[in-house]
Amino acid sequence: MMGLTSQETKGLGLGALLIAIAALLPLFDDGFYLSISVNIVLYAALCTSWALFSGPTHYVSLATAAFYGLGTYSVGLGIEVLPYPLLLAIAAGVGAIMAGLVGAATLRISGVYFVIFTFGLAELVRQLVTWTQTKFSTAMGLYVFTEMTESHIYWMLLALTGVVFLTSFLIARSRLGFAMTVIGNDETVARHVGIDTARSKIILFMISGAFIAIAGAITAPRYIYIEPPSAFNPMISFLVVIMALLGGTKRLWGPLVGVIPFTIVMDFISSNFPNHTMIVVGLAFLAIVYLIPHGVTGLLEDMQARWKKRAAPVVEEKPA
Amino acid sequence: MNIIVTGILLSGTYALVALGLTLQYGVARIMNLSNGETLVAACFVAFWLYTGFAINPLVGMLIIAPAAFAINWGIYAFALQPLVKRAKNRGQLEVDSILATFGLLFLMQGLMILFFGGEYRSYTFLAERFDIFGNAYGLNRVVAFVAAAIIAVGLWFFLYRTRRGTALRAVAVDPTSANLVAIDVARTAAFAFALGGALTACGGALLSTFYTFNASMGVVFTMKALIIVIMGGVGDVRGAVLAALILGVSETFVASVIDPGLTLAATYGLFILVLLFRPQGIFGRAQT
Repeated sequence: MMGLTSQETKGLGLGALLIAIAALLPLFDDGFYLSISVNIVLYAALCTSWALFSGPTHYVSLATAAFYGLGTYSVGLGIEVLPYPLLLAIAAGVGAIMAGLVGAATLRISGVYFVIFTFGLAELVRQLVTWTQTKFSTAMGLYVFTEMTESHIYWMLLALTGVVFLTSFLIARSRLGFAMTVIGNDETVARHVGIDTARSKIILFMISGAFIAIAGAITAPRYIYIEPPSAFNPMISFLVVIMALLGGTKRLWGPLVGVIPFTIVMDFISSNFPNHTMIVVGLAFLAIVYLIPHGVTGLLEDMQARWKKRAAPVVEEKPA
Repeated sequence: MNIIVTGILLSGTYALVALGLTLQYGVARIMNLSNGETLVAACFVAFWLYTGFAINPLVGMLIIAPAAFAINWGIYAFALQPLVKRAKNRGQLEVDSILATFGLLFLMQGLMILFFGGEYRSYTFLAERFDIFGNAYGLNRVVAFVAAAIIAVGLWFFLYRTRRGTALRAVAVDPTSANLVAIDVARTAAFAFALGGALTACGGALLSTFYTFNASMGVVFTMKALIIVIMGGVGDVRGAVLAALILGVSETFVASVIDPGLTLAATYGLFILVLLFRPQGIFGRAQT
């Protein structure tokens, strides 16, 4: 089907196998390791969704917390009246609409406007939500009571990560993905060969926003009590950027390389040195910019290329 | 009337901060997202000088501004110039500088929380009554506005009436051509970045005389400054001042007529209008 190369088939098989192995985890532990694994899978889903848009376009999106919070709130508002799966769909819709609006306002012009707009977006949505809540109801937060356990959330997030991976894989093979590659390399060329650059970017941003909102909706039962500062925590946006860039966005699995170590490090720091988290985040950004601009995967590829180059002359020398 | 005067008084400080950012972005080509942290740091230093040494914040600016100038020069020379040299094009530099200044943002915010704690602070300075058109306003706000206006006029004179200022504007227009007419672009850019930092710090020192501040409010001010800069047109002094006035007045209007919790929404409303109708700035010419 669809003409998969043997390498691609291998990659897909390996991915499915890894997800299947990861899915067994809740059977062995339901305490600390499960809890941190939920964080890892959550950030894996968020980072891959983020990289879906920001990887090819090179636009640093800081809207993650806004989409995530919208997803959480969709569940918080509707959990008493609507079935959970429907709420996930609603969350996806809300995320996509929000992304569409932001994209329509900013993605038609230069990239800086987009970064600036998303920079304050979570804060804006938080302010609007807080204002509406104080205006129309007395309670500041929402309760989410469900039957769901940590394991259920873990499985759902794992499934979501799988879907995000599959989607980015399919997009990369589609017309949209091809258009994005051209745009990412040279936008002027893209426009000249007849690609509607703004439209492609907006569609991609909507897909990414929808996935992030679903991740928020899945995680909602974990909070039990949802209030604006925790749902729209701007730190989520920044952590996602760090983890994705740390791993590298050129490869589909790149963000994962950043997510796993960084989630563990952040967990360690926030439980042992809570006053120093900001400093660590700051240093992480600086380290990425100065030391590993293409991420760990980029670093590995560089090393591989250098190794090949070094190996090549040896082969040439032999016949001489 | 009351709203308009309050808004205008507030906009003086906004204008200074935005002028600082517009120099950093327009001339030095660095989108400095840690601009708000420079402002907050200046607030804390002014607070510390006033409560610890009884130094009047206006006099304190004589210490804060040169210090901010020196520190920002250092930041540019050590941290940002390597990025400028490395970047292959404008877009690459933009992404790199955004990420690097995120790093600075968190680093500075983290250090300030560590040293000063997270709670809100303020001090009483010139908290007297001052009448304008029959309404009473805080004297500290009026003084801050006047000081900001003096600094802004000084900046205008510097940019439009001196050789150094002309060089700055030339780099803002086109760094390559500026280089051809014997302007040391790297030095000018460093100077502009440092001057921008000093202006922002002055804005912070003035703000601290009438505003309650804390270590983590920088981001909101960066956001406001960014919107003012875009509204006014990047590198445009008149535009930034006018945009600051518009933002100050509309923010005060929303805060007093609708709800104080919606000031950011007001800011964003303006931002969206600008993006939709004049993305090149109020006085900017449309790009071909």
